Amino acid sequence: MGKIFVKDRDGNINELSGDFGLTLMEILRDAGMDIEAACGGCCACATCHVYVDNEWISKLSNLDDDEESMLDQAFNVEQNSRLGCQIEFTEDLDGIKVEIAPE
Amino acid sequence: MIEKTDVVVIGAGPVGLFSVFELGLLNIKCHVIDNLDKLGGQCAELYPDKPIYDIPSRVKITGQELTDDLLKQIKPFKPVFHLDQKVDQIKKFENNNWLITTSLEKKIEAKCIVIAAGAGSFVPRRPPLEGIEKFENINVFYSVKDKSVFKNKSLLIAGGGDSALDWANELSKDAHVQLIHRRKEFRASPDSVNKMLALEKKNILSFITGQLKSISAGKSKPINIEYSENQNIKKIEVDYLLPFYGLKMELGPIAEWGLNLNKNLIKVDTEKFETSVPSIFAIGDINTYPGKLKLILSGFHESALMAQACFKYCFPDKKNVFRYTTSSKDLQRKLGV
Repeated sequence: MGKIFVKDRDGNINELSGDFGLTLMEILRDAGMDIEAACGGCCACATCHVYVDNEWISKLSNLDDDEESMLDQAFNVEQNSRLGCQIEFTEDLDGIKVEIAPE
Repeated sequence: MIEKTDVVVIGAGPVGLFSVFELGLLNIKCHVIDNLDKLGGQCAELYPDKPIYDIPSRVKITGQELTDDLLKQIKPFKPVFHLDQKVDQIKKFENNNWLITTSLEKKIEAKCIVIAAGAGSFVPRRPPLEGIEKFENINVFYSVKDKSVFKNKSLLIAGGGDSALDWANELSKDAHVQLIHRRKEFRASPDSVNKMLALEKKNILSFITGQLKSISAGKSKPINIEYSENQNIKKIEVDYLLPFYGLKMELGPIAEWGLNLNKNLIKVDTEKFETSVPSIFAIGDINTYPGKLKLILSGFHESALMAQACFKYCFPDKKNVFRYTTSSKDLQRKLGV
């Protein structure tokens, strides 16, 4: 288990615990955070769009074509935009800070 | 004209399609309605090429293959499909049948309704720009019905997929087109991308790397669009904005039908998968009950049980004898095998 700090759309910081090996989307969704994840995590909908805190972004694997293409359907895409379903929560990411992107 | 059938299935995803099979084995005729212009629901729209590994007996199958095979399987039952329209209204007749009216004014009378609508119907994704609804269907369009409207007008087309590029290429013949996308790479087919880049080179259309930020009434043209380009905010005025950001799913009119819901999901019992309204059933991802798992295979199981309950509404005086396709001559005759 590790920790994830999630800033929600109201600006509140939520401290979540999650099992390693799950995706960030799964941990946020199961914690009841307001993240739609319409396609269930197969990188087909862009409704689990998050901003990853800049100090953590370098620890993530690079965006692949699929994820980059799906971000084309998201709005307010920033340099640190990612899809939660494509980030596997590993020990390296214990303590990661993310923000749920606006709808 | 009102068409008559036994059951109207709402949703042509895998579960809606398989319900035609289970209902068909019991001699129940179906019409199937879907808001997409193709069959297969999410399997065909969101992940046609992505493999699924948990369909019983299929080690690996793509969303499109699953759809194609289901269509083959239900073919003997001759379902009637009504695509590109959603169910807007349902009304109960005095004889307890339902009148179903679609967004294309198609009217169907049926004894039961089966909602197999997944996460809802696919609708265009609207850019989250404050006040955009005031301009929709006047200066903002999410699809093109009559391209002559745009002749000699200035258009901003937004997005990087096939719809955005195909319309940019097509409409630039007669209109002043600017295409805006967040990067100069596109998920559209390479053919459309090359065509667009060639048109850009010839100054027939122009390309902006940016993202939409706001919309308001313009001074020289009807709408003023603000967009970001490399952290800078810029403005342009155009006659029309055509956003093509793909589709999203929403429950839509189903929410207004008086069914007991739990967070946009329809509550059902686990014996008949019937909703709180008699003779309306809900199967697949759209329903909820204790222990529900959103799996295609759960929807298949739910279809079979739902069909048993539908039989009682469709043929109240007949006895339903449970039979296997392996041994029943009658079922095999229906399947044409």
